Amino acid sequence: MTAPNTRVTDEPTAPDVDLHLPSQRRQSWRAQGPIVAVVAIGGTIGATARYGASLVWPVAAGGFPWTTLWVNAAGCAVIGVFTVLITDVWAAHRLVRPFFATGILGGFTTFSTYAVDIQKLVQGGHPRTGLAYLAATLCAALAAVWLAATTTRRMVAWRQR
Amino acid sequence: MNWLLVALGAMVGAPLRYLTDRAVQKRHDTVFPWGTFTVNVAGCLILGLLSGAVAAGAASSHVQLLLGTGLCGALTTYSTFSYETLRLAEDGARFFAAANVIASVVAGLGAAFVGVSLAEALWA
Repeated sequence: MTAPNTRVTDEPTAPDVDLHLPSQRRQSWRAQGPIVAVVAIGGTIGATARYGASLVWPVAAGGFPWTTLWVNAAGCAVIGVFTVLITDVWAAHRLVRPFFATGILGGFTTFSTYAVDIQKLVQGGHPRTGLAYLAATLCAALAAVWLAATTTRRMVAWRQR
Repeated sequence: MNWLLVALGAMVGAPLRYLTDRAVQKRHDTVFPWGTFTVNVAGCLILGLLSGAVAAGAASSHVQLLLGTGLCGALTTYSTFSYETLRLAEDGARFFAAANVIASVVAGLGAAFVGVSLAEALWA
């Protein structure tokens, strides 16, 4: 098992490309095209999964938006596991991270529905529910990503000993 | 039909997030994740506008699925937001981590309220 420690995937794909030059612009599209495509496919999968969850677990108007909270917390837990595995353990193909993290998880989780649901709760006369939802999602999401990343890192270190 | 609308919206929203993030990050040489911040706030504004339009009867539930659940849902992200916050905190940039959380929530909520008010002014 190889252990690539460089965070290559965080870097821009082509930092030296000058988009003002037509030839380099073409090259940039050749590099970016596949990434944009897998992000679109992944995002579609993630968003339809989120829509499916909202149909299976509908939330009444004025109620606590549990479904979106769980969707967001789950997405944060998975990104915590995934980024540790792909940076420390798995020398994956360069399209795996954009497809899974940027595409699927990015499409699955949502910030806009979170904010607008709070707005609806406040305007609909449920400010306390709105405030509780605001804080609960933040805590659940940040705890999920931290716990998932820390646990995965420990397990990887334990396996590599 | 409904599934197709969500899928179509997401097919545009997710790559738009990726491209915006890249374009914004290229212009800001800082550890603060301006790219994710930008797409999240923009998505909150659009969804606020849309939800106001739906409430005023100016937009159908199909438009809501296409632009709301699909486009805005895929344009914005909670997973990257919390992962970037974690990375800032772990890299010792605790101030930026806290600033990212507070700024994203305040600006996102603000954008949602502005969007709804704007829609009410336009269509109600």
